[in-house]
Amino acid sequence: MDLRFPEAEPTVAEVQALDAVLGVSVVAQGWEREHGGAHRASALRPRLLGALHALQDRVGWISPGGLGELSRRLDVPPADAYGVASFYAMFALEQRPTTVVHVCADLACQTLGAGALLDSVEATCGIPNESGGTASWHPSPCLGLCERGPAVLVTVAGDPPREAVIAPATPDDVAVALRTGPNALAEQAAVVAAVPQAASADSAANLVLLKRVGVVDPLSVDDYRAHGGYQALRAAVAMGPANVIREVTESNLVGRGGAAFPAGRKWAAVAGQPVRTHYLVCNADESEPGTFKDRVIIEGDPFSVIEAMTICAYATGCEIGYVYLRGEYPRAREHLQHAIQAARERGLLGPDVMGFGFAFDIEIVRGAGAYICGEETAIFNSIEGYRGEPRSKPPFPVEVGLFGKPTVVNNVETLVNVLPIMLIGGPAFASIGTTGSTGTKVFCVSGSVERAGVYEVPFGVTLRELIDLAGGVPKGRSLKAVLMGGAAGSFVRADEIDFPLTLEGARAANTTLGSGVVMVLDDSVDMAVFLRRIAAFFRDESCGQCVPCRVGTVRQEEALVRLTIGPRQEHDMVLLREVGQVMRDASICGLGQTAWSAIESAIDRLGVLT
Amino acid sequence: MTQTDTARIDTTRIDTRPQETPVGLPRRAVTIQLDGHEIKVPEGATILDACESRGTAVPTLCYGDTLDPVNACRLCVVEVENSRVLVPSCSRKVEPGMVVHTDTERVRHSRKMVLELLGSSVDLSAAPSVAGWMKQYGADPTRYGEIAKTVKQPVKIDNELYVRDYSRCILCYKCVDACGEQWQNSFAITVAGRGFDAHISTEFGVELPESACVYCGNCIAVCPTGALMFKTEHDMRELGTWDESAQRQTDTICPYCGVGCTLTLHTQDNEIVKVTSPLDHSVTSGNLCIKGRFGFQHVQNHKRD
Repeated sequence: MDLRFPEAEPTVAEVQALDAVLGVSVVAQGWEREHGGAHRASALRPRLLGALHALQDRVGWISPGGLGELSRRLDVPPADAYGVASFYAMFALEQRPTTVVHVCADLACQTLGAGALLDSVEATCGIPNESGGTASWHPSPCLGLCERGPAVLVTVAGDPPREAVIAPATPDDVAVALRTGPNALAEQAAVVAAVPQAASADSAANLVLLKRVGVVDPLSVDDYRAHGGYQALRAAVAMGPANVIREVTESNLVGRGGAAFPAGRKWAAVAGQPVRTHYLVCNADESEPGTFKDRVIIEGDPFSVIEAMTICAYATGCEIGYVYLRGEYPRAREHLQHAIQAARERGLLGPDVMGFGFAFDIEIVRGAGAYICGEETAIFNSIEGYRGEPRSKPPFPVEVGLFGKPTVVNNVETLVNVLPIMLIGGPAFASIGTTGSTGTKVFCVSGSVERAGVYEVPFGVTLRELIDLAGGVPKGRSLKAVLMGGAAGSFVRADEIDFPLTLEGARAANTTLGSGVVMVLDDSVDMAVFLRRIAAFFRDESCGQCVPCRVGTVRQEEALVRLTIGPRQEHDMVLLREVGQVMRDASICGLGQTAWSAIESAIDRLGVLT
Repeated sequence: MTQTDTARIDTTRIDTRPQETPVGLPRRAVTIQLDGHEIKVPEGATILDACESRGTAVPTLCYGDTLDPVNACRLCVVEVENSRVLVPSCSRKVEPGMVVHTDTERVRHSRKMVLELLGSSVDLSAAPSVAGWMKQYGADPTRYGEIAKTVKQPVKIDNELYVRDYSRCILCYKCVDACGEQWQNSFAITVAGRGFDAHISTEFGVELPESACVYCGNCIAVCPTGALMFKTEHDMRELGTWDESAQRQTDTICPYCGVGCTLTLHTQDNEIVKVTSPLDHSVTSGNLCIKGRFGFQHVQNHKRD
């Protein structure tokens, strides 16, 4: 049936924006390959997300005329395109000023004064989301700049669009950004500032995954090669695909995104699928509040991600790789885009990688503000141009993944671990850390510590040692609790921090490492405010697909507000637990299943609310 | 003690759309344990199929007989041993040796909570069976207090044929699937927004006459909660004259074209108030076009009397 398109006309700028983006992206390759354009939906559908970004970047919102034009060109039903656009926080469906200031209101920044910043911005710059004028501001979920909060991201639509980060930000910075745009602002801090261990030669010598951050020029492929780059890929090709998988399996490397699934098993499962094409998705949508390690790796050492992906693709037979990069990371996108281009020019990506006789190329898919898209199946829907809602499992991605084909989905940090595995071998890698948790782990230490940042340590150091490494809590304050694993994780008390940071150690301590968030809270943190922010985060980020999470996160927040502000109902605590239980038991994906974890641990371990 | 009985699976329950001629190998039987009883069900059947074959009642809301299950409501969850979380029986396929429990504490808790969460946010008064399940599972939607956020909103009446009362919408996706690729291919509506703000919408919320809607009414046919309703039914409910117990259903053949779809005319006081088609009908699978669904006024044009 022919689609019906709205009559609203696009503006010249909107047409130009779509002209610039459609026809150059290779994202559509996957779908076109599988369906030849004759399936239920348009072969061009995977270009939808990029086309929406193009409109948003150029004119600052998705207008009816722009959406209609985009739908016509991509042969996507306008209602569908609207449904997709409205899923993402970064797309505006009502006209708003071209300059938008996103002020982080999330957990780590809260411990660093985001509350006061938001109050002050509201007092001086007016209410959030105001549509008049040339600039507006609004509170934002975690921007992944936790080591130097409170953080602010400024986006300015136009040709070219501009983006800038202010961190740490003062109310004056925000006022300047609202008045004159980001150009008047100081250059953001060097990437290496997020790696305190790089400051001294002694501690820098122990770095494996972060060793090149601040050392190499992230924009130079030659510099990368001069610092050991592409030796791992050579080693991989020398040993052949099966041996690469064997080494990864023997290394006992497990996923670093939070689920800790054995990487070798995942790779072997995809490699063994007779169905073609195989896809690789590098999950760089790190949106867990307090997580910023993947940002640091991509900004500081983007070629390492490309090389690691190439090794994975070689071993598992993937021809196309996607990096799903969260939309709030302008510098990471710039560095990675540059690196991919440079790698293509040098034949490190393309139809014949390094002359080794296999094809592999990488495309960046830019997220648009949706925590759920970091979920391993929601990420497929998002790349394919659908709403970023999780799929039900089984079938699992290794069998039916992106475009319905076998797919490896790995976190950025998981992938870069493959480089040392290729160089020293699986068994040697497995000897680092503990028997149950091998290798090193990059922890994101934020909150009330002297030197926040990413810390790479072998599995097995204790939480206390890690906090000490970061300088401990500032003088005059005392440690109250540590939030492990972010909003989806759990709290531990100040007297519980002597457990080893391993998967088994965390399990024994009844907590989680998650994606590596270690958010340190001192006695100045108002736990009621903090917990309400966690509840608000899940309420905001629930995709809305399943009832337990869609309604449960709302009821959880309501009960929490009553318990901390009032009026308290007698049975509110029971209600909170019962809602928590159904979210954990019956939600489709990990978001709903963990939406109650941190709050539960605050009640049970910290004695909050009782 | 476990007892073995060979389950009879009504294959039309698995997919009622016209079946392709089976050319593959015959389906093997899979043995699973359901509430302590060993049963055999055909490979590819869902846990819900297995439950129905044994007569085990499982409540469902978003499950649609003629649509692919989206397992969004989570009312049909059951406990499967070695699974960390509960699984939706409507879409999880049976696996050999699966041990399924349909009536554990966790299952009852989840069903009670799903009913409560929906009941506290959505008007379920026009959803058949829900009141009974509420009682069965001890759900009390009122305990979330007066301030509990709801989806309450004015009824959308923008055409003469049907109304959209999204205060009753549980967001089961069935209307979107029926309008889109699974049946009608009109793609007039979508799920828009996110989280609790997710809602069924046209592009930018334009009214139906400006949208791609072709008024086939197939969305009404699959709506489980009465959020989509014939305007006749809506008006009669408003007047308090809607009385299902006083209605008769009469099957006939649509007079408009040569396809010859079966129509079920719902009449009250000798007036047609609603038209449906049987879900298990081999031609329509419950679907009709605008003429069959809504073109009945000529039958009761009293000016001719």
